[in-house]
Formats: sequence, structure tokens, C-alpha cells
Amino acid sequence: MKPVRFEYAPAATAAAASVLLARAADGAKTIAGGQSLGPMLNLRLARPPALVDVSQATDMRTARDEGDAILYGGAVTHAEIEDGDVPDATPGWLASAARRIAYRAVRNRGTIAGSLAHADPAADWVNVLTALGGHVVIARGSTLRTVALTDFFTGPFATVLEHDEVVAGVRVLKRGATARWGYWKFCLKAGDFAKASAAVLLDPDRKETRILLGAIEQPPVLLTDPSAILEGRRSLADVVRQAAPHLSDESRTLHIAALRRAIVLATSGAMPEVGS
Amino acid sequence: MSEAKATSEGVGSSVLRLEDNRYLRGRGRFIADIRLPAMLDVAFVRSPLAHARIRSIGKPPAHESSVFVMADLEGVQGIRADSGLPGFRSSVQPVLASEKVRHVGEPLAACIAETRAEAEDIAEMVSLDLDELPAVVEMTRARDPGMPLVHEHWSENVFLETSVDTNFDAAVQGAAVVVKRTFRTARQSMAPMEGRGVVAYWDNVAEQLVVYTSTQMPHIVRNGLAECLGVDQGMIRVIAPDVGGGFGYKGILLSEEVCLAYLAMKLKRPMRWIEDRREHLTGNANCREHHYEITGYAAADGTLLAIDCDAIVDSGAYSAYPFSACLEAAQVASILPGPYQFPGYRCRTWSVCTNKPPILPFRGVARTGVCFALEVLLDAMARELKISPHEIRRRNLVRPDQMPFVNITKKIFDSGDYVECLERTVAALDLPAIRARQAAGEADGRKIGVGLAIFCEQGAHGTSVYSGWGIPMVPGFEQATARLTPDGGLELRVGVQSHGQSLETTLAQIANEVLGIAPQRIKVVHGDTALTPYSTGTWGSRCAVMAGGAVAAACDVLSSRLRKIAGHLLQVDPETIVLADGMARGAGGELSIRDIGNIWYRRPQDLPADVDPAGLEVTQGYKTQRDTGTFSYACHAAVVAVDPELGSIEILDYKIVEDGGVLINPMVVDGQIYGGAAQGIGTALFEEMRYDESGQPMAATFADYHLPGACEVPAISIEHMEFPSPLSRFGQKGIGEGGAIGPPAAIANAVNDALTPLGVEVDTLPMTPGRLLAKFALARDKSEQLA
Repeated sequence: MKPVRFEYAPAATAAAASVLLARAADGAKTIAGGQSLGPMLNLRLARPPALVDVSQATDMRTARDEGDAILYGGAVTHAEIEDGDVPDATPGWLASAARRIAYRAVRNRGTIAGSLAHADPAADWVNVLTALGGHVVIARGSTLRTVALTDFFTGPFATVLEHDEVVAGVRVLKRGATARWGYWKFCLKAGDFAKASAAVLLDPDRKETRILLGAIEQPPVLLTDPSAILEGRRSLADVVRQAAPHLSDESRTLHIAALRRAIVLATSGAMPEVGS
Repeated sequence: MSEAKATSEGVGSSVLRLEDNRYLRGRGRFIADIRLPAMLDVAFVRSPLAHARIRSIGKPPAHESSVFVMADLEGVQGIRADSGLPGFRSSVQPVLASEKVRHVGEPLAACIAETRAEAEDIAEMVSLDLDELPAVVEMTRARDPGMPLVHEHWSENVFLETSVDTNFDAAVQGAAVVVKRTFRTARQSMAPMEGRGVVAYWDNVAEQLVVYTSTQMPHIVRNGLAECLGVDQGMIRVIAPDVGGGFGYKGILLSEEVCLAYLAMKLKRPMRWIEDRREHLTGNANCREHHYEITGYAAADGTLLAIDCDAIVDSGAYSAYPFSACLEAAQVASILPGPYQFPGYRCRTWSVCTNKPPILPFRGVARTGVCFALEVLLDAMARELKISPHEIRRRNLVRPDQMPFVNITKKIFDSGDYVECLERTVAALDLPAIRARQAAGEADGRKIGVGLAIFCEQGAHGTSVYSGWGIPMVPGFEQATARLTPDGGLELRVGVQSHGQSLETTLAQIANEVLGIAPQRIKVVHGDTALTPYSTGTWGSRCAVMAGGAVAAACDVLSSRLRKIAGHLLQVDPETIVLADGMARGAGGELSIRDIGNIWYRRPQDLPADVDPAGLEVTQGYKTQRDTGTFSYACHAAVVAVDPELGSIEILDYKIVEDGGVLINPMVVDGQIYGGAAQGIGTALFEEMRYDESGQPMAATFADYHLPGACEVPAISIEHMEFPSPLSRFGQKGIGEGGAIGPPAAIANAVNDALTPLGVEVDTLPMTPGRLLAKFALARDKSEQLA
């Protein structure tokens, strides 16, 4: 299939993109790598009257070291994170997650903000960056606002973004050598969307412990009382059932496994890419 | 293999593929690469429902002249592919549906525009008034009383029912073990890298309709087009350009081909339709869906006494041209006994009609399902008998001293040593090491298992076999033309079509074997009804044997004509002349084949007076000595690790020992086996088009229809045995499909081996984590009940 007719405008900056979106007809969309939107256009599932292309927006193409955090431009690609073309705010965890997003061809074009704005509950950045306490920096004209990812997703494929807002960047706090991390996802095959995922962050320096359950057909859930889970005081089956009661038996089984394995990865010091 | 052979470029040499020069550089010309002036794009309005009466199809007023429904296709007949087997119920597949739709994706109207996007815009504006009917979706219920009828004038939803009983009641007397199982395979999409596509135009000069189509059988498509359009064959030329994979998906006359041909003739403008992946997945998932209730009877020592089977094949809504709706199920009955000998056999089959796309034979045809059912049953019997899977096979396989062997369904096995094939596979595995590892257990908790599957593949079977089916296509003599060019090169013209089989290389090697002309100087012309001899095309693992035999036959005659001229010029007996390395060599002298060509075409004054006036262009027909087919065979072995927490399966090792007879090009054969095995792994673990109860397909993209990728296909080791077929020219056997047959059975047996301690057996393809987890839960419930 081929897309319905649409207008197309490249934007030089995030602010310019926002202005173009504000002027465009209702339903205009931002496009960057087009790795999710492209197929949806071709299948005519998305029928935006106009596309504003931010893939070459200069302020969205680089990463900036802010001392305590790295601000990734929204149009930084998965491959650039995988390859270390931009600094990793973590001890290699972002590069490791990037390396297992879909296929290299997708990673060459797909962008970090595109993934977040698309808000597929199974997507890696949606889950990994939420678990790491990431924030998105949203541009409306020249005005910026910052939203924690825990507040950004409002449902499957839904976010707080207004029609003329653009995810200009993503702020990720730096994590030091004492921090531990485990991210585990279950895919039917390499490169497939996750059927279940879980992430565990232990950062003694920042006194943060976070456990996330992802790929639950809804935005990810940060589990309450993570210490109790880590110390084995709550059964993982109960935890999953409580956090995501809507899951099928099969899906719950996979999520329990994902959670258990993410915990093992974070607490055993094993390499994070061990998994399915 | 002798030293001399290894350095030659003839039969037995792994010559690099001649076609790779264009394929690897991206210079092939596939259907979507063809651009003609003033060409229009066609988009089809397709049925959104599986079963409905059509009340009306409304053309958008602004685009009335751009939309065509069946009533607009004057004189066009629907597609009919009847079988002559008794009791076959006939269906007519409309080119565009006008009264009823019988599966999702069935074409209803053709919309034309300057671009595909605009044609799709128009297609969206076509209004459909459909009266939805209950759909027949589940094959095992298609025959239930009260089911809606897919074709109203039928008495039940069955294309064909067959039954065979050979000595069954007598054979099962005294059986020590009776094991019954139910198996099911999923409906698949064949998923060639290139989908279907058609470009059709009217050639004013030739006064001919030219149809480019991505097909495996251009001559058969011409037959069908002439029948449906009601025009002379001479008015139609069918060309298959480069074709990016077929696997059976392109062994068909398409309603889209008929429709575009009509529109091109009517409107006198080139028309193009390129199937997209959504059309392919939602409207053409059309293979492999079988259901077996199978029972094995054996003596206490594991000797097979009889097999009894009820098999259902979901044949979909129509009988596809030319293979018909019953080929698959009728094949099940005839090939189920596999490579085994036993005295009693009973098999009933039903080709049931459902509201799904018409079934097509996919690489391996019925064999993949049959092998899965029989081989998994055999392992279950072995467990019951407390003997090894290795032992039960060894005990029952046909033996080499029995060749040629006529099995219980009258299949004639031509040659080979099936027991040796099994033994070599088991030896390659290092079974003791696997058993030791299994006993020790895995650090990560996964369960290890090993599984075997052995099967045979009838290929290149001809007239005597296919005339029995009574379908619109019966292969006869396969022909080839060999023509020496004035500069000593060779042109080969064959009616088969190469769409990944490397025929441009292997047929050149065969000509090289006979004529000694370098393959690089041999041009293989194929895929064009105007340029090639009639052929049923490329299917049934027939090209190496049939087209190869035809090329050799034509080259033999050409050789004698070349040697005659050379003998005259060298003043020696032509019989003593040898053609090799581009030369004709006789006692006391030699002459290049280039010189002979030059003399025939450009210096006829030098020819002998009694030269054959037919010249240096030869067409010859070929059949094997007996046309019951060559039997290649293979043993597949899989070692798997099953994760009991996730239900996921990893293939740790995969071994294949096969006998393809004399291999024309071992590298090409390896490629065929690797590719086939990858598809078999897809059948085993991933590929499944599910339908909901209203007949809606549940996958529209490859995000939902899972194909194995590079990471899911292990490094497969292949060992060749080369027992020559006594039937074929060089001893070659058809081998193109075999790789796809074994994997589901071998992997399932490995999984069952791994899961024996858990009391779990798989019985349904694909073996997805979801299916395994459900089995684990069931086994847990059962053991809790027992406790």
C-alpha cells in the first residue's frame, strides 16, 4: 500500500518544527526516522495531512553533557547510541539496550525521541529510560517544558504531547560505577518487539532503587516497594499480578520470568546482554 | 570425486553462479523494475469479509471509468481447476467476485490510476454492500452438519474425499503396541522475498498481449490466460522476468493476471499490479494447514505393522489452477508411509473447503506435514516400546538390497541406502555426548533434547503420475533447445523458469559436460513463451532431472553434428572425436568449436557434402527412463534447548545427511538445502496465520507473521551421499524441496525428547512459547491432580 497524500516540511530546529506543526492542518505529525510512522503511513493506518520532519533539526541531532546528566537531542538515532557516537550517561547500559532494538537497518534511522513519542509499550526506550528516571524536554515554539517519563505516557501509543509540541530531547541522569542495572526482555525472535520486559536499577550513590515492568500493553509500571521484591519478601507472581492484572496467563508467566531475570542481572553483576 | 572432475566446470563442480553478477550487484530486473510508457497502476478492492453475499459494488461517481467490476470484463471466464479424481467437486474462482466473496482478500474490483497511491485512493471510495454470512474457518468442523456451505450447490464443504486400505485389518492382528496421536500444522504464507506482480500491455506490432508476471510457469499461465480470456494462444506472450523466489506461491494462474491482461487489451495501455505484503499476508496465506489423526501399530520388537490415518487438509475456498484443491490431501495419502516398509495401511483424506485463500503446494508440498505426523508418531511408539528413536527407524527403513523398492502405496524408490543415511546422521551427532549432557542437566535450567527425522522426496515425476490426478497440467516430454552461435558460444532455451534455483549455472554445467563449452560462454534463455519450448515450468523438484536431461539430450545431438563436421575437416572418424575445453579433438589434430560454428554459419563452402541440414540448432525432448520420479532422501537431526520457564526453543545443532544422487553443483545443492531448512524452521517454530472465528486473518505485517531470521537459523552441517539414480541422465535426483520437509519433525522430536521428564509432548505447529507454556501448565495441573 501507499500513503494517502500529505504535505511535507523539513524543520531546521525543534522550535521551527513546533511552529510548523502549529500552522499545519489538524492531525499533522512529526516524523524523524519514520521507523514506526513509515509503515503506518504505508498501511494507511496513519493519515496525517502533513508531516514535519525533524530528522535534520540541528539542535536535535547532538547530545550535550550537562554535568549531572546527558541531554540527548531527540533525533539522535539508536545506532548513534549503540556506536558511542554520543556519550553514554550510564556505564554502557544505553548502548547495550540500543544494540538490541529491532535490526541495524531500523537503528540507523530510528530515533530516541521518535520511539518515546510513538509510545509503543513494548519499545525499549519507553521502558529503559523510564526505569532510569529519564525526562523529556518538550518544545513549543521557543518555550521548553520538562516532563518526567513517568508522567509522559498516558496510555498505549499516547502521551501528554500537544499537537504543536515536539520532543526536543531526553535528559538522562548519569550513573556511576557503583550503580547496578538489569534489563531483560523476551522476544519471539531477535529484533522482534518484546512480549515482556523488566528493568532493575540499583544506585546506592543516589539512593535509588527502581524496578520496572514493561511491555504490558500499557505504559510501564514502576513497582512499589522494590526493596521488598529484591529481598524476596514478595512473590514475583503476586507482584506481577498486582502491577498488571490485565495480562493473560501466558503473558504473566513471561513477565514473571522477565522480572526474575532482570533482578538476577542487576544483582549478580552479569552482563546485561545475557537474555533470550 | 576424481581430481579431474574437481577442476572441471561440468557435472559435479561447484561453479560460482553465473547469475550472481547481476543479482549481487542489484542489477536484476524484477517485475517492479519494469516501467513502460503510459503505464497505469492497478489497485484491487478486496473483500474485507471471509464470507458474504454481494448486494452491490458502488463505483465512485467521479471515477466511474477507472473502476472495473466483473460485469465490465466482457467474455472473461472464471478460473477452473478440476481434478479428474472421482468425486471431485468443482469450483469456479471468479476473476473479480460478483455474487459472493469466499475469503478475505478476494478481489472485487480493479481501480486504475497514474500511480498506485491514487489507485488506492479510488479503491477506498468504492462502496461495498455485503451481506455477511457465517464463515467456515475451522477445518475439522467444515464437514459438520449445519455448517454454512462455501459453494451452495455442493452437499458438503469437501472438494474431495479419498480412501485407501491395503491389507489393514490383517496386518494389525497381534500388534503389541498401538499408539494414536493427533497432530496439526498451521496455515502459512510462503513469503518469497518478492511478492507477485504483473505488468501487461498490448503490443501493436505483434498484435499480441504481452504479460510480464512473476511466475514459475509462464507456459501454464499462457494456457490459463487463453482459456479465461477466450483468445488464441498466439495472441498471448508470457514473460517471467527475474523472479525473487517462488516456493509454489507463483505456481498458479492468478485472477490478477487475467484481470490485468483484459484491461491491457481493452484499454490499450500498459497495466501494472505489484502485490504488497499486506495483500500477500491477509489475502494469500495459502499453505500447509493439515490435521492428522494417526495410529501406528507395531510388534513388540518395534517392527511396524500398519499405519492408520485420517487426514484433513484445509484447501481454502477455491481450486487453484493448475494444481487443484486436492493435490495436497491426495498426496498425503500417497506419501504418508515415507521411507518405511510395513504390511498394512489405511488412510482417509478430506480436502475441505473453507473461507480461506485457496491452498497451494508449498516447497515440500504435503511432505512437511506428513513427515511431522509420521516421525513424531514413530518417536511416541519408540517411547512406548522402550526402544530408541534410532532403533525404531533402523528396524523399519527400506533397505538398500531392496532397491528398486515398491512401497505400500506403489511408489517406486529408485536407489539409495536409507539406513546408511540414518547411521551417518547419528554418527555426526555424537549421541553419547548429548545423552551425557542431558543427564548432567544445564546450568541455566534449560532442557536438552535430540530428535531425528528421515524422509524421502519424490521429484521429477511425470506423465504417469500426474495423468492420474487429472489436473489441468500434466508434464510430458521436457524439451530444450541448444543452439551454437557463430562464434562458438551456446544458447540454451528451456521452458522451465529459474527463480533462485541457479539454473542459468547448472544447465550451463550440463551443456559443458556434453559439449566442453565453458559455462561463461553459455546463455540460458528461460521464462518467455515466445523464446522457449513448452514446459509445465519449475515445480516438483524437477528441473535438474528434467530440464537437465533435456539440455543433455539436445547437446548430445548437437555434439554428434559438431563431431561430424570436425571429422570431415580433420579427416578422422567423427566417433573418435572428443569435445572438451572448447575444442574438438581427434587423432592427429584439433579444431575449435568456434571454428566449427564459423564454418557452419559463415563458410558453408567448407562443410561436408552430407552434413545434416538441420544445422547447429537442436530441440530435443526428454523423459526419465521411468517417469515415476527420482527419490532423494535425507535424515535431519536437531539438538534443542527448551526453556521450561519461557517455553522458548533454541536450536543448538542441526545436521543433515542427504542423498541427491549425483550433484550437478554441490554448492547450489547446499544452498537449496540451507534455504529449505530455514523455511522448515519457520514452519516448526514461527510461521502461523491465525484466523478469528469470522475468518479474519490475524496478521497483516511481518511484525505479526514471524519468519525466522539469521539469528534463528543455526549453522547447519550437510553431508552428501551420492547414490546415482538409475533413471536420470547423470544420476541426479530432484533435491530442491527436501530442506523444508525435515525440520518440523526433527525439532518436534528433539523438543519431545527434552520434555519427556515433564510428561509433555508437542503436537501442533508452530511450537511457539505460548503453546509450550500451555502444555506445561496442563502437565502441572495433571500432576497436581495425581498428587
